[in-house]
Amino acid sequence: MKTLEEINKIREEKRKELDLRVNTKLDTREKHILVCHGTGCTSSCSPEILETFRKILKEKNIENVRVIKTGCFGLCAKGPIVIIRPEDTFYAMVKPSDCEEIIQKHIIEGEVVQRLLCKDIDGKKVQSLDELTFYKKQKRIALKNCGVINPEEIDEYIAFDGYKALEKVLKEMTPDEVIAEVSKSGLRGRGGAGFPTGKKWELTKVNEADQKYVVCNADEGDPGAFMDRSILEGDPHSVLEAMMIAGYAIGATKGFIYVRAEYPIAVKRFQIAIDQAREYGILGKNIFGTDFEFDVEIRLGAGAFVCGEETALLESIEGKRGQPRVKPPYPAVAGLWGKPTLINNVETYANITRIILNGADWYSSIGTENSKGTKVFALGGNVNNIGLVEVPMGTTLREIVYDIGGGIPNNRDFKAAQTGGPSGGCIPAQYLDTPIDYESLKEIGSMMGSGGMIIMDDTKCMVNLSKFYLEFTVSESCGKCTPCRIGTKRMLEILEKLCNGKGELEDIDKLEKLAHNIIKSSVCGLGQTAPNPVLSSLKYFRDEFIEHAVDKNCRTKECKAISKIMINQDICKSCGLCQKVCPVGAIKGELRDKREIDQTKCIKCGTCLASCPFKAIN
Amino acid sequence: MENEGKLEYTKIVENEENKVCKCKDKFLENLFKIYQPIKDNLIQMLNEIQDHYGYVPMDVQKELSEFLKVPMAEIYGVVTFYSRFTLKPKGKYSISVCLGTACYVKGAQKIMDRLQERLKIGEGETTEDGKFSIEAQRCVGACGLAPVFTVNGKVYGKATVKLLDSVLDELEGK
Repeated sequence: MKTLEEINKIREEKRKELDLRVNTKLDTREKHILVCHGTGCTSSCSPEILETFRKILKEKNIENVRVIKTGCFGLCAKGPIVIIRPEDTFYAMVKPSDCEEIIQKHIIEGEVVQRLLCKDIDGKKVQSLDELTFYKKQKRIALKNCGVINPEEIDEYIAFDGYKALEKVLKEMTPDEVIAEVSKSGLRGRGGAGFPTGKKWELTKVNEADQKYVVCNADEGDPGAFMDRSILEGDPHSVLEAMMIAGYAIGATKGFIYVRAEYPIAVKRFQIAIDQAREYGILGKNIFGTDFEFDVEIRLGAGAFVCGEETALLESIEGKRGQPRVKPPYPAVAGLWGKPTLINNVETYANITRIILNGADWYSSIGTENSKGTKVFALGGNVNNIGLVEVPMGTTLREIVYDIGGGIPNNRDFKAAQTGGPSGGCIPAQYLDTPIDYESLKEIGSMMGSGGMIIMDDTKCMVNLSKFYLEFTVSESCGKCTPCRIGTKRMLEILEKLCNGKGELEDIDKLEKLAHNIIKSSVCGLGQTAPNPVLSSLKYFRDEFIEHAVDKNCRTKECKAISKIMINQDICKSCGLCQKVCPVGAIKGELRDKREIDQTKCIKCGTCLASCPFKAIN
Repeated sequence: MENEGKLEYTKIVENEENKVCKCKDKFLENLFKIYQPIKDNLIQMLNEIQDHYGYVPMDVQKELSEFLKVPMAEIYGVVTFYSRFTLKPKGKYSISVCLGTACYVKGAQKIMDRLQERLKIGEGETTEDGKFSIEAQRCVGACGLAPVFTVNGKVYGKATVKLLDSVLDELEGK
């Protein structure tokens, strides 16, 4: 147990100690080596790097240098990432064997290890994180602490204004004032639908009950999305603090966070955060000497996409099959065990403490008219800088793909960006300059979604991609309502026909009609949005569907049944790259010969297509 | 769907080999001490059981049914609803290919095809010798390394058919 005074003292002392994390000009002999421990970097051996650093420092008897484990820096494509503060030197793709050189050269001799610096899009090597184009257009609010603090140390969180918002709320504000502030900020649900957060809080508050609940939805099932996971891994306390603020605002004393079991690191760090907060008396009874009490428990998901739907999630917390309930009543009226329940997404919560501390006016000054603040996107697919980006609402897709994302690999052309996962749609090249916010994305047939953004180059077949998403929804449909259970299956069958060259023109109309029926008649969000990827692909790439149906041809050669891969002899420069990558050795030709494909051996995997620098293969 | 479920159920009950008696298991005893016998705890307990045994054995479900006072049918319903719970043990090496969008766009399907071709089993199946099993996973979250596959949780990033082959060669040799 710590009193409020003690916590404030920790903040003051720790902040001084950690000043070198944010102040690059600080004159100090101390250094902090930050090693990214997000899932991406952990998968490519960052824990080993951390251990190696510690071992070498101990062997060499170096003091004043600390090695710290942090959350995600964002630039996952260049992982594992190591940053040295205060000078903010950014080393990319570090291997355990590089540690010795970093310590010897950088720490002891004070020289930057040029070899390990990261190249920017113009090919120049840059020394610090902020110099990278990847970071220049970003604005970090929800990810403010990610990559700065050690997520497993509550003191580090406290040092950077942690639990100050909670203190302010408990000591200076009434619940109504808190809700008014959140409403005024214009924050909208970051889970995808964009419901005004303040409104949701208010609706839950007005329902009187002996017990209310606060729930955090961390069931990020959307394939290709990892924003919520990164926040939980990099800054778990900010979500915990926001849940407590929400609890105070709506009059709840109990919270649940529902996390995917596939995110073991996030689960572990959140549990550590809960334990530490309990130990400090921040969670529990009489928080900060007031009569407010609150406690949080973790509930693990078990691999069901539909549980991201709020009522299905509630069913799952209650230990049942995750099948959605019929709404109304909404969770604000009857949620967990029939009690009023507030459900928000991880990223939504991550914005709350900043809104309370910096004010609603500050927050609403960022973004567009109807979409305030920032949005975190998990940028992936055919783009150079794969990673986590946070941009102000209203940033254009072009800025995200070409400036932050560093463009498309191999100089390929941009074909489409997919947002919103299996519930969203694709955005074709003609809308690259659309400012991204809730309304504009809806207008062009996609949706904000939770924040997965997959970039596709011109080697991707849109019919095949539609099929991929339908396969996903078919296997994830919970089976409760007929339109979703059977309708999506029938849609998938039509798409399979098209991809196998057995489709007909009228199939496309059938597909469209079926899609609209499913949207109109499904029970929950999963079914109501499942046809979106197909509809938006049909809207912008109808000619490809027609090609599949009438000409039995797939221009990208992704649909193997109706494609033959050929090398254009006029363009081939005999470089032999395709030959090297072919997994079955189907490409013939030596040295300066033009290459040819042996159709009897070719398995139509398409690897050669992507490898050709001259686009000679099609 | 329901019919399929029933078939599988009968098959497993009939198959004596699967009826490994876990009744006097220390793990279960302990589990029943940690958790209160209330229905809400079902999924959490199943998660622990899946982690411990590698699957959810039928007789453990029965034990659980008695402990929580929840009908067996309901427990079976929950187990088959969530993809994380399995009714059969996985192979010694459980290989999952991520089929999340980021990996898919980067060619994960090729990895999956190759894996099935080499092991001669389908998605969700285990080889006869119990050595390998294949699973499709939806997003490991390591999209920066796409495409990825995992072997017993260890992530192999920027995967190619060649990398898969070499990993399989090594595991088969063991």
